[in-house]
Amino acid sequence: VEILAFSLFNGVLYGMLLFMLSSGLTLIFSMMGVLNFAHASFFMLGAYFAYQISAIVGFWPALVLAPVLVGVIGAAVERYGLRTVHKYGHVAELLFTFGLAFVIEELVQLVWGKTPVPYRVPDSLNFTAFTWLGLDYSAYRLFMLLTSAAIFIALFWLLTRTRVGLIIQAALTHPRTVEALGHNVPRVFMMVFGFGCALAAVGGVLGGNVLGTEPAMAIQLGPIVFVVIVIGGLGSLGGALIASLFIGIMNNVAITFGWRFSEFFAMFGVDPSAVDGVVANIVNMTSAQIAPVLPYLLLVLMLILRPRGLFGTRDV
Amino acid sequence: MTGLVRRYGVWIAFAAVMALLPTGITSSFAMSIASQIGVAMVFALAYNMLLGQGGMLSFGHAIFFGLSGYFTVHYINLIGEEAVPYFPISLVPLFGGIAGLFFGILVGYVSTRRAGTVFAMISLGFAEMVTALTLILSAFFHGEEGVQTDRWVGPEPFGITFGPDIQVYYLIAVWTFVSVIAMYFLTRTPFGRMSNAVRDNPERVEFIGYNTQRVRWLAFSLSSFFAGIAGALHALLFEHVGFETVSLQQSGLVLYTTYIGGIGHFVGPILGAVLITILNGMLSNLTEAWFLYLGVMFVAVVMFAPGGLAGLVMMHEPVWKADPRLMKRLVPSYAASLASTAIAAFGIVGLVEIIYFHSTALETTQGMTLFTVPVDPASAIPWLLCGATAVVGIAACRMSYPVARRAWDRVVLEARSRMMR
Repeated sequence: VEILAFSLFNGVLYGMLLFMLSSGLTLIFSMMGVLNFAHASFFMLGAYFAYQISAIVGFWPALVLAPVLVGVIGAAVERYGLRTVHKYGHVAELLFTFGLAFVIEELVQLVWGKTPVPYRVPDSLNFTAFTWLGLDYSAYRLFMLLTSAAIFIALFWLLTRTRVGLIIQAALTHPRTVEALGHNVPRVFMMVFGFGCALAAVGGVLGGNVLGTEPAMAIQLGPIVFVVIVIGGLGSLGGALIASLFIGIMNNVAITFGWRFSEFFAMFGVDPSAVDGVVANIVNMTSAQIAPVLPYLLLVLMLILRPRGLFGTRDV
Repeated sequence: MTGLVRRYGVWIAFAAVMALLPTGITSSFAMSIASQIGVAMVFALAYNMLLGQGGMLSFGHAIFFGLSGYFTVHYINLIGEEAVPYFPISLVPLFGGIAGLFFGILVGYVSTRRAGTVFAMISLGFAEMVTALTLILSAFFHGEEGVQTDRWVGPEPFGITFGPDIQVYYLIAVWTFVSVIAMYFLTRTPFGRMSNAVRDNPERVEFIGYNTQRVRWLAFSLSSFFAGIAGALHALLFEHVGFETVSLQQSGLVLYTTYIGGIGHFVGPILGAVLITILNGMLSNLTEAWFLYLGVMFVAVVMFAPGGLAGLVMMHEPVWKADPRLMKRLVPSYAASLASTAIAAFGIVGLVEIIYFHSTALETTQGMTLFTVPVDPASAIPWLLCGATAVVGIAACRMSYPVARRAWDRVVLEARSRMMR
């Protein structure tokens, strides 16, 4: 039970981290139709900026400064990059962000090197918050959880209760009408893009020191965020939250428990020691091994069977 | 005779270049690059059957390239152990193609229902799944080591063992030639035309009575077949297949090659394969930042020249047809633009290389050479020199580009008025 509780806690944590990326991405995607391949790269930039800034002025200013910086960069990318490519269609936009993700990864290697940088949990939060069922829960992880929950509530409030949120929601579905009412829709797009990137950067600041800050972190996390927004449904914040938590928990439970498939196959009378080669690989698989495959299996199945996702109102 | 030359002249020239290329090559390194160009050409053209002709953007086409490579090396190893009946090595790429076709039919069935973003995401999902599987099914993929093979097996007809590099080169050249011709004539068949139609207006194609999924599926399967041939040639060339051949990076590389070459013309991916393979071969040894330059190049092409290299060249075709002498008027402004781009690139590359040297300085203790000139990265002089060069180059670009653009506009107007006459 204690292991289950612990892996659930970590799963929720990982899920909330995913949510910080997917919430921005799902807004950008449903608003502009651009699947932003570079979204996880902004997450990575957030982590690296936080590392650099916290080395100079400490963690707390970095928590604010890094996302702001990344948000400005994101807005500039939208204004000077995506808007230029927009006239060539969605495929060109997709290709642009794909190339951008590649360039950002190389630039990060250029500046900070290919090896992970020592971005650590701040000392003020580096203690055990409470012990439950014999396992320690660190204060920093608790802080991560609370911050991301606060961001979710603030975001929800912003989108449903404020004037800005209403304009954004209207621009999601009826951009022409919103434009006719006198709002500058391209500027709304730019702001949303920058804001989404800043949210991803918050995820990077919070998660970088737990997951490890290295040049490969973007390409590891990026595709999983796509899975989340497809499963959750486009433009649906609630869907993104539930899908993030689901993927996070599934991933952690599958890894910590490590069920063996040989027991499953044994029910059908398969003896693991009697087979060899590829069959033996399949029979002896553990759930920890297939954990990385599961999200993509879900993605493909979801796109084939229900392209609008769990809570989406329209197809991808 | 002249009619024959006019009709097939390009193909004869293509065959002649590939046949005579080894006579000009002395080093085994250049020979390997020449062979790699052939492989890249087949793979990029196969990829363009999807992206350029079928309008399907795939992020996972390397899985057919890589899987067929794995099947090829296992098959050659089995021949070596005499576990399967002998199959001539020169025909093994066909086996690889069939392996690619098999997986293409399977994956294509589920992924080709729709084009656009859905297709792209499904392809990404498959790419990630196969990459993860290479670590799980270690009996087949051998994890991160990959699988070794020895292409020198079985009987030796006419003394051909495929041991020496030159014999492998000719094997690849023949397969490349045949595949390129096959893919070119595929674009001229009714199927090739329907593939274009499905790319441009799927709804209308449905109204005419075609099943768009069938057309996409067929294009996907055929493309996987040729990707499989390329994968088998790759495996024969290196006698090794690793998990990186199925990875997202490999898929990205073929996307860059194809797109930089130009997806709108048949010749585009060929240009891209030649250019990127040569640059990759030469620069990846010289600089750590080669992939950065590749990425920047790709982004620049997406933003400013979506037709790629082939598009830039073919843009001039109407002018050339109207009057070849008009092209002369473009030369000065083009030369100025090219020169200023070169200056800007020179400065920026210099800066990037100095930064790279600093970020990896812990590993390298020897001094730094920049463009074969030894420099001291610690002093401010190289920074200032490179920075000044970059600034001058960018300023020159800002002046020369509008001039080139105006010259081009004037020439187009002139060509148009001559066509009217």
